[in-house]
Amino acid sequence: MGRGKSDFRMRNKWEERNSVETLVIHGNEACARGAIAAGCRFFAGYPITPASEVTEIMSRLLPRYRGVFLQMEDEIASICAILGAAWGGAKTCTATSGPGFTLMQEGIGWAAETDTPVVVINVMRGGPATGQPTSSSQQDVMQAKYGSHGDYEVIVLVPSSAQEAFDLTVKAFNLAEVYRNPVIVLTDEIVGHTREKVRIPDKVEIVERKKPASLPADYVPFRSAAEGLLDGMPAFNQGYGILVDGQLHDEFGGRAGHIPEISAAMVERICRKITDHADDLVDVEEWMLEDAEVAFVTFGSPARPALRAAKDARAQGIRAGFLKLRVLWPLPEKIIDRVGRQARRIIVPEMNMGKISREVERVVAGRAEVVSLPKLGGEVHTPAEILKSMINAH
Amino acid sequence: MLPLADKYLRKRTLPLIFCPGCGDGTVLNVFLRAVDDLGIFKDLSLVGGIGCSGWLPTYLQSDVLHVLHGRAIPFACGLKLTDPRRKVVVFTGDGDCVGIGGNHFIHAARRNIDLTVIMINNGIYGMTGGQVAPTTPLQGRTQTSPYGNLEPPFDVCELARSAGATYVARWTAAHPVQLLKTIKEGMEHPGFSFIEVMAQCPTQAGRYIEGTSNAAELLNLLKKRSVSLEQAKETPPEEMGGKYVVGKLHHLTGKREFTQAIYDNFPQEKSR
Repeated sequence: MGRGKSDFRMRNKWEERNSVETLVIHGNEACARGAIAAGCRFFAGYPITPASEVTEIMSRLLPRYRGVFLQMEDEIASICAILGAAWGGAKTCTATSGPGFTLMQEGIGWAAETDTPVVVINVMRGGPATGQPTSSSQQDVMQAKYGSHGDYEVIVLVPSSAQEAFDLTVKAFNLAEVYRNPVIVLTDEIVGHTREKVRIPDKVEIVERKKPASLPADYVPFRSAAEGLLDGMPAFNQGYGILVDGQLHDEFGGRAGHIPEISAAMVERICRKITDHADDLVDVEEWMLEDAEVAFVTFGSPARPALRAAKDARAQGIRAGFLKLRVLWPLPEKIIDRVGRQARRIIVPEMNMGKISREVERVVAGRAEVVSLPKLGGEVHTPAEILKSMINAH
Repeated sequence: MLPLADKYLRKRTLPLIFCPGCGDGTVLNVFLRAVDDLGIFKDLSLVGGIGCSGWLPTYLQSDVLHVLHGRAIPFACGLKLTDPRRKVVVFTGDGDCVGIGGNHFIHAARRNIDLTVIMINNGIYGMTGGQVAPTTPLQGRTQTSPYGNLEPPFDVCELARSAGATYVARWTAAHPVQLLKTIKEGMEHPGFSFIEVMAQCPTQAGRYIEGTSNAAELLNLLKKRSVSLEQAKETPPEEMGGKYVVGKLHHLTGKREFTQAIYDNFPQEKSR
């Protein structure tokens, strides 16, 4: 694996033994390296703060793997180029932030509608509009799920550190292949720009693109098979003669937007492909939830001060617990429900107006008190702020 | 069924959605002949935009992306750059190509990426019911220019050429023989090839702009308005109003093709 400036660095004994290299890099670089480790060989992007480093690093590293790097004319072109490249046979991704993520939404909808595996990295900054280009936020948590028009589902992963940026980008590529779906890596400016230790293994677990089980003559590209998933995905020019249409289509890809039954079934299929697997997609980190009276439900950057606050609270004799969501969508409802049955109070610190706290409230359905702890302005909560909210609420 | 249609069309998607008398059928016919003559069917990767012309590739039994409005060209770039051996052909309309998709069009031309872009120009947004387009003639009456179009239309071939396209040609749906030769030449040209096909639209442009829905009359108008390169040299500009030059307008060989440039630029050995 290419290591940039660290190419000439000797690995220490621990690293040798564990086939791991330790780098001190920021989350954006970790995303780029994660993408390449996962097999990404095509990247198209457009410069935007605070995500530009992903694009810059891809431009430097990808050619070493005979991967294609493209800087397109805008974010719309970027997402569309990677969608074309996905059908061209490549594992592919793009990276952007707020305004660019907005421009990409139509393409994300096309990907969901056509069962196209792509990864979109959104390094969240403050919005709306041009907003706060150099500051962090978590204001796009709903846009990531609902941003394109129509009914569809995406998988959204939320790293809270540079290490998770690497790990979850790898995971995003794997999930994109398993579910044939767009997967969003929703990081933020703090994760993206904080340099910290990242352990990069020589080999990571990779899901390769599944080849069709059937021969071209028998291949039905959009027929739901085992577990609601499709047969494998051929690249173009392999003799399958596949029609991939952004209009609702039948199992063969043929235009069917004018046929109610087929249209309804298709939309239901692409949604259930994800929602039926919500349990398989759960990825959370738990700390001291078993006896927790007060629990934090967190994701992304605020998870880190929240864990500190939970530990400090325990030291003060408060039975605090902590839940971090690494997969935000689909929401791990069963886990949140379990926390709601255990704790009297759930505190949700997030860097927006309190979007996910309402989701938690919906799931908990009155069994515990849900306290929203929103923070706007670009800075993450301090542990003291979170602790204070907990003591006040206690 | 005609032998070429039988050989190449995706039977499941028939019949064609095009209106009777539409120029798109002529382009489909000519394209099938070009593909057959060149023997490149298995290398084809087709991309259709949104609008009437965007449906055209969906009738071929090859690999086809039918994409988002205006975005056919960036999708095509992704296909081409993942395998330089592909023959990537984009079918687009005037609104798709230089209305909503204008930015992608000029940038792809600038890069001189090896795509063949066939833009069928009917001078109107047909599929949505006949609204004014960036190619509607001045004073043309449409559903959104009821008092006459006040915006000068694009000369899309000039735009392609100045943006960096290396093969530029224009014909009409009334010139199938010339169009066949041009499409073959365009597909064989290693670079950004742009082919504009002026086409009749009896249902929308004919009815609103030309005052007739008679396809034969509209085809005659296309012929009458076509000026050959030789004739154009002798025609004073003031007499060119409402007319267009047809033929091979630009053919530049030797300019570096983008896909090749990217692949040539890869380091020889994977650096570790």
